[in-house]
Amino acid sequence: MEYVGEHLLPGQIGHFFILVSLIASLTAAFAYFKAVQATPDAKAGWLKLARISFFTEVFAVLVIFAALLHILYYHLFEYKYAWQHTSLSLEFKYIMSAFWEGQEGSTLLWTFWHCVLGVIIIRREKQWEAPVMSVVSFAQFFLATMIIGIYVFDVKIGSNPFILLRDSGVLDEAAGMHVNFDVTQPIRADYLTMITDGNDLNPLLQNYWMVIHPPILFLGFASTLIPFAFAMAGLWTRDIKGWVTRAIPWTLFSVAFLGLGIMMGAKWAYESLNFGGYWAWDPVENASLVPWMIMVSGLHTMLIFKHSGYSLRSSFLFLALSFIFIVYSTFLTKSGVLGDSSVHAFADIGMNGQLFLFLIVFVWLPPFFAAQTNKHRLIITGVTLILSLATYFLAEKIPGFPLYVILAGIATYIVLMNKLVPSVKKEESVSSREFWMFIGSLVFFLAAMIIIFQTSLPVFNKLFNSNKAPGENDEFNYNKIQVLIAFVIGILTAITQYLKYKSTDTKSFLNKMLVPTIISAVVATFILIVVKINYDVHGMGFLINIWLALVATVYATIANAAYIWVGLKGKLKNSGGSVAHFGFGLMLVGMILSSSKKEILSWNTSGIAVPFGEDSKEKTGENLTLVKGVPMQMNDYMVTYVGDSAHPKKEQTYFKVHFKSKTSNEEFTLLPDAFVNYKGNEGLMANPSSKHYWNHDVFTYVSSFYKPTAEGDTISFKPNSININDTIFYSKGFITIEKLAAKDNLPVAGFSKSDTGYTASVKVQELNGSSYSSDLLLIRNAGKTLYQTQDTIMAQSLVLRLEDAGANSVTIGVKESNDVLEYLTLKAYKFPYINLVWAGVIFLVIGSVVAMVRRVRLLKLKAA
Amino acid sequence: MKKIHIILLVLIAGAIAVLVSFLQTTTTYDTVAIAKSKPGKFVHLMAKWDKSLPMEYDAIKNPNYLSFTAIDTLGDKVQVIYHSPKPENFELSERLVMKGKYEDGKFICQSIQTKCPSKYKDQDPSQHPGNKKDSTYNTVATVKQ
Repeated sequence: MEYVGEHLLPGQIGHFFILVSLIASLTAAFAYFKAVQATPDAKAGWLKLARISFFTEVFAVLVIFAALLHILYYHLFEYKYAWQHTSLSLEFKYIMSAFWEGQEGSTLLWTFWHCVLGVIIIRREKQWEAPVMSVVSFAQFFLATMIIGIYVFDVKIGSNPFILLRDSGVLDEAAGMHVNFDVTQPIRADYLTMITDGNDLNPLLQNYWMVIHPPILFLGFASTLIPFAFAMAGLWTRDIKGWVTRAIPWTLFSVAFLGLGIMMGAKWAYESLNFGGYWAWDPVENASLVPWMIMVSGLHTMLIFKHSGYSLRSSFLFLALSFIFIVYSTFLTKSGVLGDSSVHAFADIGMNGQLFLFLIVFVWLPPFFAAQTNKHRLIITGVTLILSLATYFLAEKIPGFPLYVILAGIATYIVLMNKLVPSVKKEESVSSREFWMFIGSLVFFLAAMIIIFQTSLPVFNKLFNSNKAPGENDEFNYNKIQVLIAFVIGILTAITQYLKYKSTDTKSFLNKMLVPTIISAVVATFILIVVKINYDVHGMGFLINIWLALVATVYATIANAAYIWVGLKGKLKNSGGSVAHFGFGLMLVGMILSSSKKEILSWNTSGIAVPFGEDSKEKTGENLTLVKGVPMQMNDYMVTYVGDSAHPKKEQTYFKVHFKSKTSNEEFTLLPDAFVNYKGNEGLMANPSSKHYWNHDVFTYVSSFYKPTAEGDTISFKPNSININDTIFYSKGFITIEKLAAKDNLPVAGFSKSDTGYTASVKVQELNGSSYSSDLLLIRNAGKTLYQTQDTIMAQSLVLRLEDAGANSVTIGVKESNDVLEYLTLKAYKFPYINLVWAGVIFLVIGSVVAMVRRVRLLKLKAA
Repeated sequence: MKKIHIILLVLIAGAIAVLVSFLQTTTTYDTVAIAKSKPGKFVHLMAKWDKSLPMEYDAIKNPNYLSFTAIDTLGDKVQVIYHSPKPENFELSERLVMKGKYEDGKFICQSIQTKCPSKYKDQDPSQHPGNKKDSTYNTVATVKQ
């Protein structure tokens, strides 16, 4: 059938080039492999073929990128990707966010960065090009299979970003899209005319950090492959030691950009989500943090090796594991296994098997390269194939089987690698830098292992059919361990730079350490006594641990800043390491301070003592209701909900909330916004808004919102049963019942002796001002209401009446006129010292980049 | 044996001890009936909001009090009390993961995780509600998970 209005060319081009990239990357991997294995004469030929293939792959990826971008930019809704991720109202800047919102786009982004890094390797790493690029191309092949979107014997391989909406199954159940409104009939030729807009980008991703965070994060992801490939190349070519100096700059690059990408994600979470922070130990966050931590450990062991000859085996292990955990993190986020435990994992799109295969292959790749002979390599290839198939069939039958396959791969690698890699027999001196650096790397690595173990709880559930959920305080489970790690790492970061490789003279060490130690002691004491940390929610033990961690991280920050002058005589070009460590320390100090001193401003206890009435046994909450136009006290501020304005094109509302300090002249207005009733669904998706100060942020978001419809005064009396002296709340204040009197024998004409008259004296108290009194009358006979007064308190748009009366309790009907009832509930935090975190990250990244540039220069000098 | 090996062993032993103690703190995902059978014990209750029964939330009276009825896949119901405003995407959600304790006939909830169009949502065509009217196709959002 011919469909009206479709643009099929971009999709056909895109999918064709996906096939090209798949074939080209496989060819490149094979040709580079042969180039390593071949005799010197044959080498040049293979290398040429490999390069042609790789550049073909680069070109193909660029075309795929452009084709998908074209589809999104022109909102070609005949493609599922465009329909699903964009809408006509989506701003141009978010077209990029829409690009990487889906799994396919994010995989493409990852592939793109591999291409860029690959080109740099071909240009710069002549000696290592063939083995390194063989590994890179092999990884590229796997990524290409993720977007190929074909079926082999009913098994779906990859998910094609260029699939048409009508082929994707989305329209299958939509009767209106089919001929004769019958879903068994084919789709109508003019179906596109009925698709007037797309599904739009998820509102939470419509944030500028979502334009920049994914590219940087995926650059970080892609960069972890390079040190891995170098380590593999070292084992493979039997140049066991030579690769380290070449790989160090790449590792520094990876540490810088993966770290930056992760923390940009944290900044996005802080600005766009409302769990009230930048880090929640969410599995998706942890999954990218762990490879970074392992990479940092690997970087340090490589430096140890370069300067002292120790720790080569650890370097091989850490670099291999770092990339393996990148693949594992891809598995975690894309397989849907985190469904119940993470708020932002991708949903399962039926690629679990393929993702797990990716993991198995890359776990068994290191043993392949570490094998002694080609025959062993063949055996390992066979074992990998058998285990992959076995996993497919046995995963359900033997609990834990996939885990054993992974662990077996890692164990095989350790055994084979230890055979190839020599270790230094002589013991390192306790006064040497390498000794303490190694302990630091090890602690950092183990911390990463603990985090990933805790994160993998849902995976263990799947593996062993168990039903374990995180504990009552999930975040605390992480924090209580990591705070101790911060203490150990803080101290080691502080002192290790002052130690010398091989061995250190105690006296000069103590001399150099003296000044930074005294300054740190003063600063830490100042923080503990003046700034104060009293976070005792989890008891005194944890608080003491926080104090210890704070002292250690302050020490790390100051000692490393001082080292730039004490140890390196202020030569900034050489002090990348110290700057990075300074930033790392500062970041940890910021994390400790901002988390332990975070305050909830919107405690519903402040200001006018509003008793909780019928819920008085309940604790006060963390949210404050603001009625439009009525100032409320919130901590040190008077806060007013001034009004709201709607986005011209979207169902997005900006709330204007005005803050005025009670103690100073400070005033400001925040504009938290929310998508209200987004896409026809009821509910609120809120984006926070913050006021930034140099030393703290005031962070607010709207937690619920009510706006009356313009249907007029249809509200009925709301009955409130209460006792004498209790209170009823209304929008601007509360109502107290002061007195209740009952009287028989009413001296009023028209009532009989058995009628009873009740009078309730009520007092209406406006929250910030006047009070009004009113007497409400009710006359009843044998439970039947004969007469009732209605009292209207105009100033408050309030109508009251007495509906029932008992011995000590009454029922008062309360009616509020519609136009006053516009309110929202607000949650507000004070985040102190949050800027230390961001500043720390910036120094960490700058320091790593400075160190990288220096290492690259040194390599050039050596080569010249 | 080198000093470094001793430290290595001690640290690994420490890490394992930490993990074992972590496993002690884990709880379980439960149905309404099981949550009711262990009052006072912290559980993760998996259920959804029973929209046929009234929900109580009045921000004027108390912005930190939400009460509704949850129903699990077996059809068991329990009243849930949550001391916060309605969680984000509450209406959109198809499933709720509620952390809390069953006490005095009610489930007192510390946090509610709504499972609905996740941030990186992916359409599942099989669950698409279809379009009721031709022209409203674009306004139908699919709820996943």
